[in-house]
Amino acid sequence: MAASLSLVFFYAPLDADQGFIQKIFYLHVPLAIVALLGFIAGGVMAIKYLRTRDPSWDMRSYVAIHLSLVLAVGVLITGSIWAKGSWGHWWVWDEPTLVSFLIIFLLYCCYQPLRFSIEDPERQARYAAVFAITAGAFVPVNFIAVRLAQAFSHPRVLSTTGGNMPGEMRLTFYVSLIAMGLLFVTLWKFELVSKHAKFELKRLRRRLELSLEEGTSRGGAPSPPTATVPAQPIGS
Amino acid sequence: MPALPLDEAGKYVAAAYIVFLTLVVLYVAIMAMKVSRIEREVESLHELLDERGK
Repeated sequence: MAASLSLVFFYAPLDADQGFIQKIFYLHVPLAIVALLGFIAGGVMAIKYLRTRDPSWDMRSYVAIHLSLVLAVGVLITGSIWAKGSWGHWWVWDEPTLVSFLIIFLLYCCYQPLRFSIEDPERQARYAAVFAITAGAFVPVNFIAVRLAQAFSHPRVLSTTGGNMPGEMRLTFYVSLIAMGLLFVTLWKFELVSKHAKFELKRLRRRLELSLEEGTSRGGAPSPPTATVPAQPIGS
Repeated sequence: MPALPLDEAGKYVAAAYIVFLTLVVLYVAIMAMKVSRIEREVESLHELLDERGK
């Protein structure tokens, strides 16, 4: 991240058209790409969950989508700031790229309410996985649809010909993209470890409490904690 | 629109990077709070185990 910021402010040349405000590009675009890839990754992990029924895949999918949603908030805010500076408006409704990203964001905003409206952990994970796969498939479809549409004001950065960026700008952009990707993976792992620890702690506590109850009802010494405990919903 | 002068554009660039930084810091702070809650839970589990041992 430090290398990326150094390149943005000390190495990348000023854009001839937009000037200094174009520096937002190195934050906004990698943030958007990583958020969208995170949504797709959430869908792929949901497929893994449905195939294996391993709850850890459900948790991975949930964390990826949750984190992507946080990044998407950043995309919308930084994009609005850039739009205000460049176009004079906070939001442009006739720009397909902006509106399509907003649609994806609003779609994923439904993920958590849907998930936590279901009490049964198995059903919760299954329904959330179906949502994640459907919405995850919508992301590339949406991206292609926007690409096919004629944009009036939003510039195209990545193309099969490599875009129109000079070498220094392209290098800075790719370093920023890698940095953002690494940040995503780090935060994803961080949250995953924390969620897993919380989950395991709850199970341990329940097993302990169960064994204590069993021990007191028998009147003897408490038995070792061996009772199986049903899986808990992630958000509980 | 013509390019904004540096002092004007600087505000927007700073705002965008501050928003990003705030988001990351908030996220990490919330995660840190959750981790400290887990630590407290571990402690209470230890206490529960100690009770069992008595």
